[in-house]
Amino acid sequence: MSNLAVLPILIPLIAAITLVFFNGNVTVSRVLTRLFSLVSLGAALYIAWHAMENGTIILETGDWAAPYGIILVVDRLAALLIVTTNLVAAACAFYAPHAGLGKKEYYYFYPFFFFLITGVSGAFITGDIFNLFVFFEVLLMASYALIVLGGDKVQLRESIKYLLINLFSSMLFVTCIAFLYAVVGTLNMAHIAERVQEVDQQGILTTVGILFFFVFATKAALFPLYYWLPHSYIQPNPVISALFGALLTKVGIYSILRVFSLIFVHRLDITHELFIWIAILSMIFGVIGALSTNNIKLIIAYNIIPAIGFIIMGIGVFNQDALSGSVYYLVHDMIIKAALFLIVGAIAYVAGTSDLRKMGGLIHYYPALGWLLFIAAFVLAGIPPFSGFIGKLQLLQGAFGDGEIILAITALITSLLILYSIMKIFIRGFWGEKDETAGFGTKSVKGMIAPIAFLLALSVLLGVGAEFFYPIVASVAQSLLDPQIYIDSVLKE
Amino acid sequence: MYKTNDLILRTTTSLIAFMMLGFAIYLLIAGHNAPGGGFVGGLLTAGAVLLMYMAYGTEAVEKMIPINFTTLVPIGLAVAVGTGVGSFIFNQPFLSHTFGYFTFPIFGEIELATAMLFDVGVYLTVVGVVMTIILTIANDR
Repeated sequence: MSNLAVLPILIPLIAAITLVFFNGNVTVSRVLTRLFSLVSLGAALYIAWHAMENGTIILETGDWAAPYGIILVVDRLAALLIVTTNLVAAACAFYAPHAGLGKKEYYYFYPFFFFLITGVSGAFITGDIFNLFVFFEVLLMASYALIVLGGDKVQLRESIKYLLINLFSSMLFVTCIAFLYAVVGTLNMAHIAERVQEVDQQGILTTVGILFFFVFATKAALFPLYYWLPHSYIQPNPVISALFGALLTKVGIYSILRVFSLIFVHRLDITHELFIWIAILSMIFGVIGALSTNNIKLIIAYNIIPAIGFIIMGIGVFNQDALSGSVYYLVHDMIIKAALFLIVGAIAYVAGTSDLRKMGGLIHYYPALGWLLFIAAFVLAGIPPFSGFIGKLQLLQGAFGDGEIILAITALITSLLILYSIMKIFIRGFWGEKDETAGFGTKSVKGMIAPIAFLLALSVLLGVGAEFFYPIVASVAQSLLDPQIYIDSVLKE
Repeated sequence: MYKTNDLILRTTTSLIAFMMLGFAIYLLIAGHNAPGGGFVGGLLTAGAVLLMYMAYGTEAVEKMIPINFTTLVPIGLAVAVGTGVGSFIFNQPFLSHTFGYFTFPIFGEIELATAMLFDVGVYLTVVGVVMTIILTIANDR
């Protein structure tokens, strides 16, 4: 039944509404959160299996035919991302009770958590550009609430910045949609793509496309527009940072991937050339940020930016290899960023500080945490048996195949520096003499380890089981290269 | 302490709030064929309740309308989502709506649509949100 496509939006929405009623009762909230996150994960897995077996799932909401109503489209790319989103959400749901949220759990933390998942899933599934804007707002509203929850002084300062920049880019988003609607006269993405194709993407449409790119680049934190991200992402609780780092920027990058593989694909020499330069600059500036600081949370937050650079690099090169690399890296990065934020959250919790200079010798007290960080660093940098490797290999093959030598070399050097920035946490934080005076080892990390290990196991599986995952990703890349597949499946012509 | 006598404000409020509530219900129901709908109906209801708060004070109104406005938000959302999910039972796509003609004793033949239920959800949510915002700021000391 076609109603399958709405389940990833509907289940978290119902969960959020239900949890508002149980706000006062933390025990019930926790149990329900875990239950709903597992139900949602199960539904996502079933939908993904269905989409892989029987092709794209289309839902015409309200029984209105294609360009007139809002269409929900679960193609293979959307299915992959929904499953990843739900995996991250489930891990965070199991981590949250141990994350030291304290009083925040009484102030609608769990409903906002599910509203965030609703928005993210909706943005991945929708086939309508204005509906995409609405789901962006749903997830941003929930993220405003989550970032300010608790009301510390720094939190208030950073949330003002976060709110202003996102409000501005949302306004620009609406303006872009207005421009596009004035030119093509439709809001359905497949129908827009068809009409842009008919007029061969004339000058004004390329301009609108680049404006769209700036909107999504603000959400995704690409080179000139990333300055709001690092400091605002480290202020809330680690479990909230993990959700933000894993999901929010990835929605922006998914929108770029969708819009620039479906709608604006007729002037690659202008748009996609721009992406390559922005990718190079994002990698360089992001990794410089990660090397510049001794705050472990900030190191991870800055590491989001080069990762986004890697993904946009694949979109810029725009061939089969590079696009499958981008998709692989996108899925890998969502999982590993969530794991890393949860790990540094646990480290900051046990060490009582997030300053790297004030800790040392933690491996004597928390061996499991140390080795998880070690594996996570290898996964992130792309050491062969792990998942970061396959994505980067594909990206580099794509870049070399297209003769983008500067891009490929920047990417390689960036990978090295990313490894250094994470290993710095391991070496300075975990190595060293046992320091009896510092008072480490008193806090328990039981309950935090399991969700982290689950996420890391997934990324190891993604790397070791590459032969199973690669054909799926390659077919996603193939369908991205041929927008006609998407258009035909939605408009049924 | 000198206490103002706001007899005129209170008397006119009883009349005006009553008319506002009536007009709000009219807007909610008229939404299909005339300007109006759940959103503006909800705003006007919240306006009427707010007027009563201003004229009679917090305690008196809380006694008159013993509703926790915050719980109206999830109830309204549940009603709206429920109308969408209802289409699952009839094996229709999500958010499909239907309508029918019914004959009532006084009004005669009337068209009833399930879209009205969705509007009621919007109405409850808007009332809940607006009242929560205003009362939270008002009670903040």
